Amino acid sequence: MKQVAKRGILHRKGRVGMKKRRSRTGSVLLFLLIFLLAAFMAFPLYYTVIQSLKPIEEIFRFPPTLYVSRPVLDNYGEMFRILANMWVPLSRYLFNTLFIAVLGTGLHVLVAGMAAYPLAKHDFPGRDLIFGVIMLGLLFVNQVTFVPSFVIISKLGILNTYLAYLLPTIGVSLGLFLMRQFISQLPDSMLEAAKIDGASEHRVFFSIVFPSIKPAVITVIIFQFINLWNGLPSDVVYNEELKSLTQAMSQITAANAYARYGPSMAASVIMMIPPIVIFVSLQSQVIETMTSAGIKG
Amino acid sequence: MMKSQTIKTGTLLQRMRRHRESYLLMLPYLLFFTVFTLAPVVVAFFLSFMEYNMLQPPRFVFLANYIRMFLEDNVFLTAVSNTLKIAVVIGPVSYMLCFFIAWVINDLKPAARALLTALFYIPTVVGGAAWAVWRLLLSGDQYGLLNNILMSVGIIYEPMAWLTEEATILPVLIIVQLWMSMGISFLSFIAGMQTVDISLYEAGMMDGIKNRFQELWYITLPAMVPQLLFGAIMQIISAFTVADVSVQLAGLPSTNYAGETIVTHIMDYGSIRYEFGYACAMSVVLVLLMQGVRALVTKMLSKVGT
Repeated sequence: MKQVAKRGILHRKGRVGMKKRRSRTGSVLLFLLIFLLAAFMAFPLYYTVIQSLKPIEEIFRFPPTLYVSRPVLDNYGEMFRILANMWVPLSRYLFNTLFIAVLGTGLHVLVAGMAAYPLAKHDFPGRDLIFGVIMLGLLFVNQVTFVPSFVIISKLGILNTYLAYLLPTIGVSLGLFLMRQFISQLPDSMLEAAKIDGASEHRVFFSIVFPSIKPAVITVIIFQFINLWNGLPSDVVYNEELKSLTQAMSQITAANAYARYGPSMAASVIMMIPPIVIFVSLQSQVIETMTSAGIKG
Repeated sequence: MMKSQTIKTGTLLQRMRRHRESYLLMLPYLLFFTVFTLAPVVVAFFLSFMEYNMLQPPRFVFLANYIRMFLEDNVFLTAVSNTLKIAVVIGPVSYMLCFFIAWVINDLKPAARALLTALFYIPTVVGGAAWAVWRLLLSGDQYGLLNNILMSVGIIYEPMAWLTEEATILPVLIIVQLWMSMGISFLSFIAGMQTVDISLYEAGMMDGIKNRFQELWYITLPAMVPQLLFGAIMQIISAFTVADVSVQLAGLPSTNYAGETIVTHIMDYGSIRYEFGYACAMSVVLVLLMQGVRALVTKMLSKVGT
């Protein structure tokens, strides 16, 4: 199983032979272009960080500067003071966020993983139809269907509860698709051995399949966690006590956008950190998963 | 009963019984998928022929919502036109940009490649945390960095209200959206580049491939069709569902609806006016539009490298 999990595509050596044939000027021009694009990508992030570190007299200096002469953490202190004085305690927002992100992610991975296995490895009647509908479901994202979803959630009587966040995230298509494609690449021989020993499908899934699709599971966890961290639908839950940390923080950034944007920039930096750290530290697993995530034409 | 040795014998019922365990494994997911992913589209389809506000029972109006959309609601037509303009940039342009960047940085050493991959992808994951800084950069006074720079080099002489001026809203939104559009498709291309068999490149050299562009067209692209197809779907979804950037930066509604997209128009009728039937009709049109473009793109991409 270990060999399957790391096929080592990431550690491949460069294509030395081909490089010799390439023109030098071409390479220089291409990398110059990439450098300019990279600067465009990085600039807003850089500007957020330096603005959050500026003391008040530098924030209002004219013309605005692209550097900090005397970096301070005042804005962060101010931001935490605003948060601490909010009607709902900070710990409640933090709990809500972690509770929903962890539970929503865990349930999705488990439930979608269980379905991904037979869809990848067994030829049962109706398989292509079911998978086809799930693939079509990739398009049915929340931005498109939030109105009928609101009707359904309200008819189920779970409006304004944690369930309104949680249940819909379990049934999304993307996670299932990524895991299904990854499982398709596992060698059949691995599973056959277990079947000969008389293991049930559930056992095969939990003892063989699930442990050997670690990169796909981690990838789905990352995507799902980042989604839940960034954007919980605000229309199905309106009780302040059930809102997430990110929703509370965006209220700070929106309310202080112009008047006191120091704390607002500090809040932005704090909100950016978890998704960035998670992605950067697990990037190689994501790339490995994406190698299998193609659609056969 | 592995895929490789499945025996396709017996009646349908017998085969289904033999795969009993498979159906059991899928059951929980299919339940959630049906109720929360599939049912909304079905409900949208039925409600699109109704007038419905959740307080009164639905009233059947047949095609009235669709007629209103295309013949009476000028803002909807603005929204469609804006969505298509955004989709052209966030669709093909961003898609090719993702591919181009992935292609260039693929030749770098693993550490540099990982660093650049993260840099290009990060704007999509920080999402909502970046609206504040964009509001600041594009602010309509002279503290706004864009105004400040353009004025100091003499391109403009007085500050522009980028996010409230009708003429500038859409271009500005497109640029910000482009900034955050190197998403899953980009990662998919990075990964796909690494799966292309090295020996193909060597064989290509023997066959007389002269430069990197020929190598790209004849070897890299055909080997990456699965990733190209997956990336296209992801890009179509993000291109046609642009809304947050408009709501957060230009407001809902934006000045004279200059930043209205199909999704913000659905928000207007669904979350503010509670005209659910009409909002659902727009969702149905959007789903059909996305599915149509997806079918077209799939057809085009299957011709790559031929």
